[in-house]
Amino acid sequence: MSSWQERLEERTLDPARSTPRNYWLVVGALAAVIAWALYAYFVQVRDGLVVTGMRDRISWGLYITMFVFFIGISHAGTLISAILRVANATWRTPVTRMAEFITAVALMTGALFVIVDLGRPDRFLNVLIHGRWQSPIVWDVTAVTTYLTASLLYLYLPMIPDLAFFRDRLTGSVSKWQSGLYRILAINWKGTDTQKRQLHSSISIMMILIIPIAVSVHTVVSWIFAMTLREAWNSAIFGFFFVAGAIFSGIATLIIMMALLRRVYRLEEYITQKHFQYLGFLMAAMAGVMLYANISEYVTAGFKLEEGAEFIFRQLFVAEFAPYFWFYIVAGILAPIVLIFIPRMRTIGGIVAAAVLVDLAMFVERYFIVVTGLRAPLLPYEPANYTPTWVEWSITAGGFAFFALLVTVFVRIFPIMAVYEMAEEREELAAERLSLESDGALTGEAGL
Amino acid sequence: MVATAQPPKRRQWLGHAALVLLMSTTVTAFLAWGVNPLFVLLTTVSVLASVPLVAARVSMSKDSRREWKTWLFADGVRSVDRRTALRLFGVAAVFGAVSPTVPKLAQKALAQGTPDVGELPPRARTRQWTMIIDLRRCDGCQSIELPPQCTTACIEGHFAPEPMQWIEVYEHELPGHGTRFVPTPCQQCQNPPCVNVCPVGATFSAPEGPVLIDQNRCIGCRICMAACPYDRRFFNWGEPPIPADAGRAEYDLELQVPAYKGTVMKCDFCPDMVRSGTLPYCIQGCPHRAIYYGDLEEDLATNGRELVSVSRYLANNDAFLLKEELGTQPRVYYIPGHGEDIGRDPTHEGFLPIRWPWTRLAEGSATWSR
Ligand code: SF4
Ligand code: SF4
Repeated sequence: MSSWQERLEERTLDPARSTPRNYWLVVGALAAVIAWALYAYFVQVRDGLVVTGMRDRISWGLYITMFVFFIGISHAGTLISAILRVANATWRTPVTRMAEFITAVALMTGALFVIVDLGRPDRFLNVLIHGRWQSPIVWDVTAVTTYLTASLLYLYLPMIPDLAFFRDRLTGSVSKWQSGLYRILAINWKGTDTQKRQLHSSISIMMILIIPIAVSVHTVVSWIFAMTLREAWNSAIFGFFFVAGAIFSGIATLIIMMALLRRVYRLEEYITQKHFQYLGFLMAAMAGVMLYANISEYVTAGFKLEEGAEFIFRQLFVAEFAPYFWFYIVAGILAPIVLIFIPRMRTIGGIVAAAVLVDLAMFVERYFIVVTGLRAPLLPYEPANYTPTWVEWSITAGGFAFFALLVTVFVRIFPIMAVYEMAEEREELAAERLSLESDGALTGEAGL
Repeated sequence: MVATAQPPKRRQWLGHAALVLLMSTTVTAFLAWGVNPLFVLLTTVSVLASVPLVAARVSMSKDSRREWKTWLFADGVRSVDRRTALRLFGVAAVFGAVSPTVPKLAQKALAQGTPDVGELPPRARTRQWTMIIDLRRCDGCQSIELPPQCTTACIEGHFAPEPMQWIEVYEHELPGHGTRFVPTPCQQCQNPPCVNVCPVGATFSAPEGPVLIDQNRCIGCRICMAACPYDRRFFNWGEPPIPADAGRAEYDLELQVPAYKGTVMKCDFCPDMVRSGTLPYCIQGCPHRAIYYGDLEEDLATNGRELVSVSRYLANNDAFLLKEELGTQPRVYYIPGHGEDIGRDPTHEGFLPIRWPWTRLAEGSATWSR
């Protein structure tokens, strides 16, 4: 076994073997935030949604924003591990596992916020018992659960060999339940040829299958809005717009996560400047797409300025929501493009900064799409205003903490990098190089 | 190949049992619930989960199949002997017998009131309730110096929690200058966007036209509020302020009493009132008799004083619909005007604020703003 592979294996085993510094501090802090959010949720269930800032006229707010945002982020995994796998971009292999973690965890967080937003969470099962096919909410429930199943499976399948590797190397040195977990999850993987063939065919089917599922998910999320008779949401490109935004914020989240995990678990050898750069380029490309989508959306509506559109444009461009909107356009879309295209700024720090801006801006975008759409008056009344309360902020913070906690714990238990795939690809590469060299040697000889 | 230790028999046994339980519950759940999203969900999930497995199977040669079995069931279970097979069937039979009751029980526990409005006595014709609001006779109750009386009567009759105004008077600007008052109940759309989006069928069109809400089924997702283009749906954000007696009444979805926290309410077109031969509260409350209630089928409507032919009245008076272009097909018609028939000057603006008489009587309840 080469020393390269040994080093890689050691690095991947590290998180499960030793507790990094401040680990329990981080877990404790996140758990405290979650506990506080649970208290806030208790208050909300006890007193009703009256403890939030939502009212009849602006009847959705931060919770739905969180739902849209997190479901959006979940597209990171699909992009990196499915689309890029289909495109045969091998540089993505070291970061696939992280991307897939983000997908699974973000989906769980997002789905949670639908329930948080309900007036009667106790009746959630009514959606299954009395569900109607005609309702966009049922489309969402179906799409999100399908995507969650598919992405858990897609996280799991390529992880089987790595889990077997953990099983073989860690049994004895980790707790009993943990080695038991590896043993069960590794479903007897021994790396035989048949098993490999089976695994490969399973992965290739899932990787094709998951792409349309992912696209459908954020499309139907946007349709929750686009299927209502509201001027601001009445747009045929809404589905596309949401999917593009989802991939955009997914890449940004992956970049941030990569930077954090790289630092904590010292993965500098595997996650390099190159990865940040490539993902940075992808992010800039998506920023371009977003810019285009925004222009299409607002120019077609703004040029005609149908009845009601004027109010929407005023609140978005110059009045109440102008700071949010222009922050989104300038800091979230233009700035990342600039940051990534100036070679001197294209350092890891620069790219991470751009990613943070993108994530912030996308959160803000989801927020103002939800709130401005509802705020436009339907009849002659004073437009309502919406300010989230401490309950909403607490539960929102709890959502982020939940996401972070799950990632933190996942990363410590499961293989953080796709060791098996990385080793396999390296072998293939070496074999290719070898055959190239011998080809070269042959031509050389022929030339002689 | 490295030989792994054979797992104890008991554990395999449990594994099989779990598998059979899962399968039989899933199958019976399908049967018990018929085609609904749960069915679809479970099917999607199981299809998705099995795709890779099936794919792997198909791609296998005959003798690798044995290896596959070994892989899945751990070493040791190379083939199922007769005894094990019999045991498996036994377990399957037991679970199969028990599991149909599980979804039934869950359904019972969770089916909190199903609308029974659909079971009207068979009639030769089904009424099609409608409303005509003659704006020429509405002055927002300026002349009697009271808050709009339709709204007030509605609130008192229905115990509508503050700040809900199921019928609400809006002041629209007129071209030029001046205003007119437009009392706006739920339009009881014939193509109701609110009904179309509700995930659980809690809001539905009754056979006689009114769009009703089952507050025992509503999950409080509020997508219907986003969908209604007339701002006509209201949410019980907190414990609704209603009088204690109303709170003790037995729930009736045609009355929407008592109101439940976390659910949606709105104008219901008073189906109970017309059944008992009276007119809706708002019509009784209006001092100028500006509102007519009637039946499109019989082509008759009345405001309590006079009887008119709906079609004739609408045609003769240039009736219009609110936001007709949206295609919601309201059942509420308007006759254009600004109170001229009762001598209102259109430049005389504003009306008095609505009051909820019992909010202070409703203990432990909260009110909120719109
Ligand atoms: S007015 Fe609103 S609440 Fe009433 S039926 Fe139409 S969409 Fe539904
Ligand atoms: S809030 Fe209630 S009535 Fe409205 S769509 Fe949701 S479940 Fe249906």
